[in-house]
Amino acid sequence: MATRTASRLVEAARVRRSFGGTVVLDGVDLAIDRGEVVALLGASGSGKSTLLRILAGLDGEASGNVSVPASRAVVFQEHRLLPWKRVAANVTLGVRTKNAASRTAAALAEVGLADRGDAWPAELSGGQSQRVAIARALIRQPELLLLDEPFGALDALNRLKMQALFSRLRAVHEFAALLVTHDVDEAILLSDRLLVLDDGHIIESIDVDLDHPRAVDTPGFATLRRRLLTLLRVPAAPDEALS
Amino acid sequence: MSLRVRRLTTPIMLLAVWEGTARAGVLAPDKLPPPSAVLEAAWRLSRDGTLGTSLLDSLQRAVLGLLIGGTLALVLGSVAGLLRAGDDLVDPTVQAARMLPHLGLVPLLIIWLGIGESLKVTLVALGAFFPIYLNTYAGIRDIDERLVEAARTCGLTWSERVRHVVLPGAMPSLFLGLRLAFAAGWLSLVVGEQVNGQSGLGFMMMEAREFSQTEVVVLGLLVYALLGLLSDLALRMGERRLLTWRRGLQAA
Repeated sequence: MATRTASRLVEAARVRRSFGGTVVLDGVDLAIDRGEVVALLGASGSGKSTLLRILAGLDGEASGNVSVPASRAVVFQEHRLLPWKRVAANVTLGVRTKNAASRTAAALAEVGLADRGDAWPAELSGGQSQRVAIARALIRQPELLLLDEPFGALDALNRLKMQALFSRLRAVHEFAALLVTHDVDEAILLSDRLLVLDDGHIIESIDVDLDHPRAVDTPGFATLRRRLLTLLRVPAAPDEALS
Repeated sequence: MSLRVRRLTTPIMLLAVWEGTARAGVLAPDKLPPPSAVLEAAWRLSRDGTLGTSLLDSLQRAVLGLLIGGTLALVLGSVAGLLRAGDDLVDPTVQAARMLPHLGLVPLLIIWLGIGESLKVTLVALGAFFPIYLNTYAGIRDIDERLVEAARTCGLTWSERVRHVVLPGAMPSLFLGLRLAFAAGWLSLVVGEQVNGQSGLGFMMMEAREFSQTEVVVLGLLVYALLGLLSDLALRMGERRLLTWRRGLQAA
């Protein structure tokens, strides 16, 4: 057994996963503490989503030691709501407690959709659908929230609103989260720690020591951003573009 | 002129031309009697109960055949769609059997089952089986795997996933299968009832042919058509009720 502090929530060691002959994850170690939000960055195809799926228990063919709490929920890039169930029924899906209805109402209210419980998913906009997906995760009161590019399919304005919503929910529920994203700004805005995945390994772990609430003009933001982009092998953007 | 009126114009004109030419003697009455004669036959046969009993007998065969064929198709289609082993055991064989034109089996079925009720019911069951099997199977196979995965992360067990994700997801396809099965079922019934019968619409028509009552033959045809139309309407109503969620989808 690895040494394990009381506050440690997720512990993964030597995680390997290959598809055919291609090794996507080549011995990844990862730890997440209770209440900690960790952003996972990497070029596309670097295995970010694969790692998240392993933690979500959706990948049976990975090797290595993975210890995750049973209390976890996943938000995918697409909302993945069942089109034949009304919004409220989608949120309640799999919740077996007696007060499921009141909890559903509360979860929908938290994402600002208190009055849309009776709607069909097809009647919602993309942003609303994603809010429902978040409500579906929240109602499970997860210790660990796994988010796979949750705002990636939304337009820029909606993305900003959702990022604000995420910060608010996090303050209330104090869940830990693994946020897979390709959006460097989003990662810095929302997370306590940044991980960069490259060539099957986590090549860098950076603590984000910026004060909350954060904005792109928070002191230190630009420096961190540039450092991340370098790690992601993106040519340095002109600084003017940042302000 | 409203759309409804315009759409009705052609059939009404055709009926009028039919009635006129038949009365004028252009159409020989023993080849094609006028619509009024068909209506008259309908009235006469309804009053003496012939039409009612024939209809009931035919309906009974149709319902029984559809139930047997449909149930079998649902079970086998689900087994093949849901379980990998079921897929290997069932699907290739069914796909091969599908190539046999089931109406071509009539001579063989007569040898096996004789010319009684079981022949007719079997034909309907065979006709209904394939569309329902194929569409159940395809409906289950085409379920978006991502939805099943999301349901898994919500803690749903295998049987709950089948109930909440797979079955409702396969519904639209299943309805399509049902509609095709009804059509194939009626067709099989028509063919089956022309092979010797002591009752039913087909018997009524064959008997009328022997007595040159062409208007009764035409009437039988019309009743078959009406039955097909009504069953399709009923299915479409059921579909609208069960698949409400798709309306929003189409509007979006």
